[in-house]
Amino acid sequence: MRLAEGTAGARILAFGAYQPARVVTNDEIAQQVDTNDEWIRSRVGVVSRRIAGPDESVADMAVAAGGKALAASGLSPGDIDLVIVATCTPEAPIPNTAATVATRLGIVAPGAFDLNAACAGFCYALATASDAVRAGTSRHVLVIGAEKLSQWVDWTDRSTCIIFADGAGAAVVGPVAEPNASPGIGPVVWGSDGAMADKIFIKDRQSFIFQEGQAVFRWATTALHPVAKKACEAAGVDPGELAAFVPHQANLRIIEAIAKKIGAPQARVATDIIHSGNTSSASIPLALSAMIERGEVGSGSAVLLLGFGAGISYAAQVITVP
Amino acid sequence: MAMTEQEILAGLGEIVDEVAGVPADQVTPDKSFVDDLDIDSLSMVEIAVAAQDKFGVEIPDDQLKNLKTVQDVVNYVHSAEVSA
Repeated sequence: MRLAEGTAGARILAFGAYQPARVVTNDEIAQQVDTNDEWIRSRVGVVSRRIAGPDESVADMAVAAGGKALAASGLSPGDIDLVIVATCTPEAPIPNTAATVATRLGIVAPGAFDLNAACAGFCYALATASDAVRAGTSRHVLVIGAEKLSQWVDWTDRSTCIIFADGAGAAVVGPVAEPNASPGIGPVVWGSDGAMADKIFIKDRQSFIFQEGQAVFRWATTALHPVAKKACEAAGVDPGELAAFVPHQANLRIIEAIAKKIGAPQARVATDIIHSGNTSSASIPLALSAMIERGEVGSGSAVLLLGFGAGISYAAQVITVP
Repeated sequence: MAMTEQEILAGLGEIVDEVAGVPADQVTPDKSFVDDLDIDSLSMVEIAVAAQDKFGVEIPDDQLKNLKTVQDVVNYVHSAEVSA
C-alpha cells in the first residue's frame, strides 16, 4: 500500500460571506414577544439580525458564500476536489447539502459531505480540510458554514428568538506552496462533552431550539479560554501576537468574557453578533470576512478562531489571514 | 480556616465591583442583587464563578436562583465553609 503525497501545510486562500437581505431589528421582535431593545442589547448584545426569506434555503446561502470565496481565491470550480458544509440546520437528512452546493457551483464530482458540530462546525470543517490537504487526499477544499436557524426557532420564545439568525460563510483551503513556509492553518484543539447534551438541543423535527442560558454561559465563560490558549500554544503563536480573536458569535457577553481571559489585549475582538445575530457555524467566517473587508486585519496576520456550542463541542485554531 | 461573615461580605463586595462595576461599599447585606444593584442573571453566574475562585465554594445554577440578597450569598458561602 502507498500513501498519498501530502504537503507540509495548508492555508486559507480566500473567504466569502452571504447574509440574507432582510434585517430584523429588536423593535420588530418586541412587537411579537414581550421584550425590548435595551434588554436584548444588554443580555445578548444583538441590535439587529438577518433572517432568510421563506424560500431561501441553507443550500442557497451556502452557494452564495461558497461562490464568493471561490471567485476571490482565483481558482476555478475544477480546482476544488472536496466540499464540506458545516451545518446543523440542513433541509433534510438526505441528500446532504454539500453535494448539491458543489453541483450548483459547477464543481464536478468532488468529495462532498455535511459536518455537524453545531456552532463549532466551521472550526471542525476547517481542521478537516487542512488535514485532507496536508495528507494529500485533497488539493483544494471549499469549506462552508451555513445555517437557517430561523426555521428552528420558536418566534414566541423570547429567550431564543432574540439570538438566532441566518447566513453563510466560506473559505477556500489549499496547500502551502513554498517549502518551509509557515502553514496558514494551525493545529486544531478540539473536544466535546456529551454529558452536557441537554444544555442546547432541538429534541426532534417538530421541536424548536432550546438553550439553558445560564448553564451555557457558565460553561462558555469558564471552560473555553484554556482551549483558546492551547490552540495558540499548539501553533507556536503567543497570544500577544494575535491580530484578532474571532470566537463563535454566541452572545456578546460570552465573547467579551472569553476575550478578557486569553491574554491578548491587543487583539481586535470580533463582535459581528451585534448586526448578524448568532448564526451558529456561519458566525466565524461571517465575522472574519467582515473584519478583512473593513481592513481591520491585514494579510499575513494571525487570528485565533474559537467555535463552541451544542454537543457540547468546541474547537480552536490559529489561522493566517490570506 | 473558615472566613467570618464580615470577610465573606468584603470579598463579595470586591467581586461585585469587578463583575458588575457596583462599588463595593454599596454591597450591603440587605441589598437585592436584581432590584437594588441592577445585576442580571448572567452577571450572577459571573459572580458565582468568581466566588468559587475566591472562597472555594461552588454555587450551582439551581442554588444560585435562590440567592436573592447579598446576605443570602454570604450565608450560603459561610454555611458551605463551616460544613466543609
